Amino acid sequence: MEILETLINGLSIGGTYAMIALGYTMVYGIAKMLNFAHGDVIMVGGYTIYVVMAQTGYPLIGLAAAILFCMILGVTVEKLAYKPLRGASPLAVLITAIGVSYLLQSTAQMIFGSSPKMVTLLDLGNVKLGSLKIQWNVIITLIASFVIMLILTLFVKYTRTGRAMVAVSEDKGAAQLMGINSNAIITLTFAIGSALAACAGFFMLMKSPSLSNTMGAMPGIKAFTAAVIGGIGSIPGAMLGGILIGIVEAVSYKITVIAPYTDAIEFLILIIILLVKPSGILGKKRREKV
Amino acid sequence: MALLEVKDLEVNYGVIRALKGINFHVNKGEIVTLIGANGAGKTTTMQSIIGLIPIKSGHVIYNDQDITKTPCHKLVKLGMSQVPEGRRIFQELTVYENLMMGAYSIKKNVTFKDDIEMVYKRFPRLKERKNQIASTLSGGEQQMLAMGRALMSHPDILLLDEPSMGLSPLLVTEIFDIIQEINKEGTTVLLVEQNAKKALSIADRAYVLETGSIVLEGDAKEMMNNDDIKKAYLGE
Ligand SMILES: Nc1ncnc2c1ncn2[C@@H]1O[C@H](COP(=O)(O)OP(=O)(O)OP(=O)(O)O)[C@@H](O)[C@H]1O
Ligand SMILES: [Mg+2]
Repeated sequence: MEILETLINGLSIGGTYAMIALGYTMVYGIAKMLNFAHGDVIMVGGYTIYVVMAQTGYPLIGLAAAILFCMILGVTVEKLAYKPLRGASPLAVLITAIGVSYLLQSTAQMIFGSSPKMVTLLDLGNVKLGSLKIQWNVIITLIASFVIMLILTLFVKYTRTGRAMVAVSEDKGAAQLMGINSNAIITLTFAIGSALAACAGFFMLMKSPSLSNTMGAMPGIKAFTAAVIGGIGSIPGAMLGGILIGIVEAVSYKITVIAPYTDAIEFLILIIILLVKPSGILGKKRREKV
Repeated sequence: MALLEVKDLEVNYGVIRALKGINFHVNKGEIVTLIGANGAGKTTTMQSIIGLIPIKSGHVIYNDQDITKTPCHKLVKLGMSQVPEGRRIFQELTVYENLMMGAYSIKKNVTFKDDIEMVYKRFPRLKERKNQIASTLSGGEQQMLAMGRALMSHPDILLLDEPSMGLSPLLVTEIFDIIQEINKEGTTVLLVEQNAKKALSIADRAYVLETGSIVLEGDAKEMMNNDDIKKAYLGE
């Protein structure tokens, strides 16, 4: 039973990582850049939830506000900071993204101070199924994240806009020849990625109610790891990578001897997978354009 | 009447002067070909007309409208469609989805089903393979898909960049027959080719491009009998 509990926990943590990893991978696939500031969008979502919860008391209104605010933030950052650098060297873009990351963290610290804030979203207690005992928030996170992943998959696979996203990620020029406005697709990608980060922020606050201006940093790096493990640029890859990291984390926490080294183990797995398959599990080697 | 007119077009890649101020036009209903050796600037011309490469100076006039600064994605709606060099079909999408992307610019597409049937009729091979992932198509099939995709937007002018590249002689003939067919049905064609013989045989008029300048222009049939052209481009 404990194995099952650990597995469910792992899937739930993994669902959260997958939400974040999707933002990295989609932006990478379509705008061809590593959005280092993506993790901090989670934190902005967290503070939005905190503020709105304090005003209204409804967690779901907080979530809706966070999604909206993060989408606006993501799109604005793309327009102001990244778009002018399209065609610039990847290093310049990466350094800009790091700058955006610090800007977001410092702004949050200026507004909310440096001591952590507490947000209690929903305290629903545990579910008991026979000898199985699992927290409700774990179940909610698991179900919600998997539903979101399903919707996203269907969207990308079966809608005109979703197919256009794949087209832009493959060949921006050819996509433009079709009449696809690649800038609009990039904007949409940032909006979706940021909305998912806001959801991840909500899930994280359900799990542990403490909120700080660096709360997005570590999950951001781990989710990036997950995206790379799955194959950066691949949507199913980010989901798989996120779930994998989540399960490893849950299992590792259970084993007392290795529990303190959980983070290191996760990065070790990244290194091993990259040695065996440099493009990640579901990643494909990019064909060079003629 | 000129449907497409290029005036003093200059394009640079850094310090490389790829186009040194070229002038040419394509009349409504014509097939015009632009021939020239490797690196002459043919692809550069095609891509700068359609807005994929920034223009240094000069103008592109289409249908009496200055489209020099019009972004690429808006030109499809105006009736321009390009089959780019190297085909550049979407490898991860199926044949059907590639054709769907070809019709992307048409919002409420009531004729989509008919259009796709028209493409399948022209290229029956594509119909057999409609659910196949495009990357697994043969080179010839990829060229057919690229052309079919470009036709899905009902273009008034079709810009073709080396449609014969890498195809067997038999298939080249087939593709050129289809280009003529498309033209007869009312689509104006601007054709860039290495295969000058084939291109001149179906074209009304031709321009010869040499290291970024147009050095010769005229009637395609006359050009086929021009001794310089014969020597330089027809291998005779
Ligand atoms: N992205 C680029 N950067 C720098 N130089 C370029 C670039 N693209 C093309 N060139 C140069 O511009 C010139 C014209 O190239 P272009 O591709 O237009 O030739 P082309 O006539 O289409 O040749 P081909 O028949 O081989 O396709 C060449 O000298 C080429 O090296
Ligand atoms: Mg070329």
